Amino acid sequence: MHFYQIIAEIIFWLLVLITIGGGFMAIGSRMLIYSLLGLSITFLGVAGLYIYLGSYLLSMLQVLIYGGAICIVLVFGIMVGYTPRQIVETRIRGENLLLAVPTCTLAVGLLFFAIRRTTWVPAAQRLTDYSIEAVGRSLLFDFSLAFELISLLLLVGMLGAIIIVNSQEEESGGK
Amino acid sequence: MGSENLNTYLLVAGFLLVAGMYGMVQKRSFIGMLISIEMILNGAGLNFMAFNKFLSPDPAVGQVITLMVMGIAAAEAAIGVSFILAVYKKFRTIDPSRIFTLKR
Repeated sequence: MHFYQIIAEIIFWLLVLITIGGGFMAIGSRMLIYSLLGLSITFLGVAGLYIYLGSYLLSMLQVLIYGGAICIVLVFGIMVGYTPRQIVETRIRGENLLLAVPTCTLAVGLLFFAIRRTTWVPAAQRLTDYSIEAVGRSLLFDFSLAFELISLLLLVGMLGAIIIVNSQEEESGGK
Repeated sequence: MGSENLNTYLLVAGFLLVAGMYGMVQKRSFIGMLISIEMILNGAGLNFMAFNKFLSPDPAVGQVITLMVMGIAAAEAAIGVSFILAVYKKFRTIDPSRIFTLKR
């Protein structure tokens, strides 16, 4: 094994550790802002994993969209309803936790078992490569309908968000 | 197990899915549920990218699908936060256990 390959493997396992640790922080923390911090750490770890999966484009978009836009929107949501360091009482009872933890552990175990048992068959040959050009071509030719529908969905989503917030204001102002 | 093995990525994606499900059940706040949903969607994206690298004949397809998942996640986060704003304007709190107008 070459020296650089060893370093690449070490960085890969660090990224896996970052992803899983961020996930635990996101679900385990009692302060919402720390939960969100864990989520953004997970996003950055997954962005690193995308590089190992061969796509620089997706890695950059992951940092931009997930790590940037969505995290900031969620921070805004936290600022509206809570003081940042407020502890949100989870009110989870002991027996609930006793049910939830074994269920989730069982789910991970079942997934692990299923993944290990399956024999994956790789494709016989590659038609395209990982380049941005291939992605753009595929977006505009093969998946053009889905592409248009996604843009329509984003437009309707934006309009809907504005309308929901505004109509509520008019209603409470009229009373 | 390593960076050139499909199972590693699938296991990380499975962990993200299960952690998101646990968070959905356990968190008692709208923002916490949104955070968990984002984690589930991210696990789905990682899964698509892993299958894209190791099994797919056309490596552009998985990237396109992951891009669409990202778009849906962005729209969902915007709608979710606008719901939170609307609920906060009406009830002055976003604690789900204290919002029970429909119940009365």
